[in-house]
Amino acid sequence: MSSAVDKSKVPWWVSNLIVPLVNLTLALLVSALFIFIAGENPYQAIKLIIYGSFGYIEGFAYTLYYTTNFIFTGLAFAVAFHCRLFNIGGEGQAYLGGLGVFLVAINFSFLPVPIVWILSIAGAFIFGAAWAFIPAYLQAKRGSHIVITTIMFNFIASSLMVYLLVDVIRDMKQMGPHTVALPKELWLPNFKDFAALFGIKIRYSPLNASFLLAIAASFFVWFLVWKTKWGYEMRAVGHNTQAAIYAGISPYKNIIIAMLISGGLAGLLSINEILGVHHKIVSGFPAGYGFTGIAVALMGRNHPIGIFPAAFLFGILYQGGSEVTFDMPNITRYMFVAVQGVIILFSGALENLFRPQIESFFVNRLNTKVKA
Amino acid sequence: MEFLSDLASITNSTLRISTPLVFAAMAGIFAERSGVIDFSLEGKMLMAAFVAAVGSYFFGNPWAGLLMAIIACVSLSMLHGFASVTHKGDQVVSCVAINILIIGLTTALAAAWFGQAGLTPTLTDDQRFLEITLPFADALREVPIIGLIYSDILSGHYIFVYLAYLSVPIVYWIVFKTSFGLRVRAVGENPSAVDTAGINVFAMRYKALAINGVLIAFAGAHLSTAVNANFFREMSAGRGYLALAAMIFGKWHPKTALLACLLFGFTDALQIRLQGVELPAIGTIPVQLIQAVPYVLTVVLLAGFVGKAIAPRAIGQPYIKER
Repeated sequence: MSSAVDKSKVPWWVSNLIVPLVNLTLALLVSALFIFIAGENPYQAIKLIIYGSFGYIEGFAYTLYYTTNFIFTGLAFAVAFHCRLFNIGGEGQAYLGGLGVFLVAINFSFLPVPIVWILSIAGAFIFGAAWAFIPAYLQAKRGSHIVITTIMFNFIASSLMVYLLVDVIRDMKQMGPHTVALPKELWLPNFKDFAALFGIKIRYSPLNASFLLAIAASFFVWFLVWKTKWGYEMRAVGHNTQAAIYAGISPYKNIIIAMLISGGLAGLLSINEILGVHHKIVSGFPAGYGFTGIAVALMGRNHPIGIFPAAFLFGILYQGGSEVTFDMPNITRYMFVAVQGVIILFSGALENLFRPQIESFFVNRLNTKVKA
Repeated sequence: MEFLSDLASITNSTLRISTPLVFAAMAGIFAERSGVIDFSLEGKMLMAAFVAAVGSYFFGNPWAGLLMAIIACVSLSMLHGFASVTHKGDQVVSCVAINILIIGLTTALAAAWFGQAGLTPTLTDDQRFLEITLPFADALREVPIIGLIYSDILSGHYIFVYLAYLSVPIVYWIVFKTSFGLRVRAVGENPSAVDTAGINVFAMRYKALAINGVLIAFAGAHLSTAVNANFFREMSAGRGYLALAAMIFGKWHPKTALLACLLFGFTDALQIRLQGVELPAIGTIPVQLIQAVPYVLTVVLLAGFVGKAIAPRAIGQPYIKER
C-alpha cells in the first residue's frame, strides 16, 4: 500500500523536517523507557544530558569533539548509501586510517608541519579507502554481500591492529598496547589554546582543528555527490542499477569509487583521534564511532546539511551521556549504544510508520487553507 | 595414538563450536527463503544469550531461561517483520538497528541489574545445562575405534549440540517436503504469484520469522547457559554473521549450510588448538592473527570461489500488494 497522498503536493518541510522530528521523538520516548527499566529517572537523565553538553565550556567543547567524529563517520556511511551500499565497516576503516596517520606523521616529521598535516590527512584517507577496497571489489565483482564482508573486515582490522600494537609498533618502553607519541609540534591546534587567545581559561579540551576539517569534508561530499557527473552516476546506480547500466553507467566502477571515498572519510576520523587527541595509536580508539555514523547518516537523511545537526545531536548524547554515567550508577555508556539502535530503527527502518498520516494531515490542512 | 586423540578432540570441539552456527543458519534459512534478509541473527543470538542467562538465574531453571529467550527472539523477529514486512522499511537497516540496539541494551541492563560491568551472575549447576554422557559411553571407552567415536566424540555434549544436528533434517523436511515449506519458498521467489493463489504473503513471512526466532533462541541459550555459565558483553562475537555467511555459502540449503557451519567450527577448533604451538617452517603464529582466521575464511567463502550463490529471487524486497 503506497501512501494515499500525492507526493508532489507534500511541502518539503513536512517530509524533511516534521517526519524526522516525529520519528526522533518516538525514539527518545522509547529510550526514556529503557532508562526507566534500568531503574533511573528519565527526566533527571535528560536534565543531566543538557547540563553535561551545554552547561559549561569544557562540556560544550567535548560535545563538538564528538560531533567531529560523527560528521566523518556519518558522511562515510552516507556516501556509500547513495550507491545503495551498506558500509558498516567504518569502524575498521577508521582503525586502519589511524595506522596511515601515524606512519606518515612519524616518517615525514622532518618536513614543515603544515605539509606533514596534509600528508597525514592523505594517509588517513588512503589507508581507510584501502581497507574498504576489498569488500568493494568483492561486492562489485563477486556479489559478496557488503554488510557481511565489511563486518568481517572490522573484526580482521581489530585483530591486525592489536597484533601490530602488541608485537610490531608498540612503544617498547611502556606496557600498554600503544605506540610512541608523535612529536609535539605535529599535534593539531587545540581549542584550549584558541580560547586562551581570548583570555578564556579551559582545563582540558579534546576539541581541535579537525572540527574544521569535518566542515570541509561536508562541503566536499555535498559537491561530489550532488554537483559532479560522478556523483550523479553513483546515485543513478544506487537508485536503479538496471537503468544505470542501460544509460551506459558502469555499476562496478561506481561501487568501487563510492566505497573508496566512504572508507577514506571514515579514515579521517583518525585525524581527530590521533593528530588531535591521543597523539599516538591506542588500542581500540574508534570506540564505536563507526557504528554511530550509521545512525547519524540515516537521521540526517544522508545529506551533509542533515548530517551536521544529527552529528551534533549524537555529540550531545555522548557528552551528556557521560555526565549521566557519572551521576547515575545504573546507567553505563552502553545505554547510549541502545539509544542509537532505537534511533536507527525509528529514523531508518520505521521511517514510514506515521509518514502517510502526517503527510496527509498537512496536505489536507493546506488544501482547506487554499479553498478558504 | 596421540594423533588419533588429537583428531578426536578437534572433532569433538568442532561439533560443539558449530552448534550455535547451525541453529543460526537454520534460522536464517527460514527468514531468507521467505524473502526477508536477516542480518539480525547476531543481535537475536546476543539477546537470547542475555535473556536465557537472566531467566535461568531468576527462575533457577535453565528451561525457563530457554523459554524466555524464545519469547524474546520471536518478539525481535516480529519487530523486524513489523518494520520490513508491514511498513516496508529497509530490511538491512532494520537488522542493523536491532543489532546495535541489542549490543547496547543487553550490556546496559546487565550492568544496571547486576552491577558487574555487563556480566550476569554465574549460574550454578542447577541453573544451567550440563554435559550429557550417552548410555554405555564409559563402558565402551576402551573398545578401539568405536570407543573413540562414541565415547570421545559423540558423548559428553550439551543437549543443544544434539538438538542442533537434529534440527537440520527437520528443517530440511519442513522447507522441502511440506506444503508449508513450499509456500515459504514461494513467497521468497515470487510473492505476487503466491498472492494470486490466495495465500497471504505477509502472514507467510511472519510465520517464517517466528520459526526463525525460535531457532536462534537455542543458539543464544547454548552460549550463556551451557558452554558458559553467564552472559558477558558481546558474547555472540560475530557468530550470527558467520552463520549467515555459512548459509549463503550453503546456497540457502540446510544440508550444505550444515557443512559450511562445520567448516567454520573446524577452523575455529583448529585455531584454538594452534595457539602457541610451534609449526614447522612457519614458527608460532601470533594469537591475534590466528584468531582472525574464521573471519578471513568467511570473506573467502563469500567471495564464492566455489561457485556463485543465487539468493531467493524476492529477497530484500518488500511485497507491495497491487490494488
